[in-house]
Amino acid sequence: MASFILTPKKVNAVHELIDDKLIRAGVKKVMIIDEAGNIITECGHDPAITDPTALAALTAANFGATAQIARLIGEEDFTLLFHKGENSSMYFLRLDEELIMLSIFSDEVSLGLIRCRADELLTPVKNILKGSDNGIN
Amino acid sequence: MALIDLGKREIHCKIVYYGPGRCGKTTNLIYIHHAMTPKARGKMVTIDTKGDRTLFFDLLPLHLGSVRDFDIRIQLYTVPGQIMYEATRKLVLKGVDGIVFVADPLLVRRQRNKDSLAGLSNNLAELGVKLAEIPIVLQYNKRDLTESEIPTLGVSELSSDLNSELQAPEFTATATLGEGVFESLRAISKLTVHQVAEKNRLLD
Ligand SMILES: Nc1nc2c(ncn2[C@@H]2O[C@H](COP(=O)(O)OP(=O)(O)OP(=O)(O)O)[C@@H](O)[C@H]2O)c(=O)[nH]1
Ligand SMILES: [Mg+2]
Repeated sequence: MASFILTPKKVNAVHELIDDKLIRAGVKKVMIIDEAGNIITECGHDPAITDPTALAALTAANFGATAQIARLIGEEDFTLLFHKGENSSMYFLRLDEELIMLSIFSDEVSLGLIRCRADELLTPVKNILKGSDNGIN
Repeated sequence: MALIDLGKREIHCKIVYYGPGRCGKTTNLIYIHHAMTPKARGKMVTIDTKGDRTLFFDLLPLHLGSVRDFDIRIQLYTVPGQIMYEATRKLVLKGVDGIVFVADPLLVRRQRNKDSLAGLSNNLAELGVKLAEIPIVLQYNKRDLTESEIPTLGVSELSSDLNSELQAPEFTATATLGEGVFESLRAISKLTVHQVAEKNRLLD
């Protein structure tokens, strides 16, 4: 199976975009994970998250399970998921077959804004992470 | 799918414990969790059904030191072995880099072992991976039962049932006592990290 290669250049470029669009808009934490449950990169800080590894693994599994549910109603996949909590909510967006972006935010930030900003990030973030610069010769 | 972080100098690999229901996959992870220092392992995540059957998966993150100047981080997963959870097994296999196939020596489970291995091969094929090309070790578990009165399979029978084509490294184990658990883990970690490093020419 192919490996995913992350270079400092890719990480910095993605962080800059996410900081600008989401963290500065009040989102507590943004994580990009792959379907294997690896954390590709994370931005921001939420003291409530003490076990990001488990969070990533369960998110990947949850997304996989939801895709199966989608097929049972004749859909290919659900490209976004939203979990509403009392203090924190989560918004999950599929970037491509392998990558998922999750944002954790309080009720002071509107879901509409997150949706909008996350959509704007989808293509540039995917292009940076999947770009051919893998830093290995 | 291994993740190689060149900035942090980390290699992340996913190893999945696969095998029929009740063969002892979760028991392997529980033993590893207890035996390793908190520094070398993360929290274990378990999603149980009623009793001790795995519903979705178990996860145990490990920190296995370094190879050259890369930190090796391994995520151990188990699949749910019960027959009805095929879709879940396929999900857990996504992005797998190495496999420990745990076999049950109970004579009554002979066909279950073979079916489970065939299922593994099919599920991998659907993910575009060939069983013959992925690092795998076989663990013949519950060796303590061979001394009881319950009818069990010998190592050579298990080997000819499961390993005549694969020719993978084999280990005997009694996971409840921890015997063979680290031998299997060490072997699969080595094979897996080696393959990931080789494919990406990290150690040249
Ligand atoms: N005698 C004996 N019992 C074992 C051994 N390893 C596991 N068991 C027992 O077998 C039962 C099932 O073990 P689990 O580790 O839960 O099995 P599993 O493969 O995770 O099962 P599923 O989650 O249903 O797929 C438990 O009661 C264990 O204590 C062993 O080496 N010897
Ligand atoms: Mg289990």
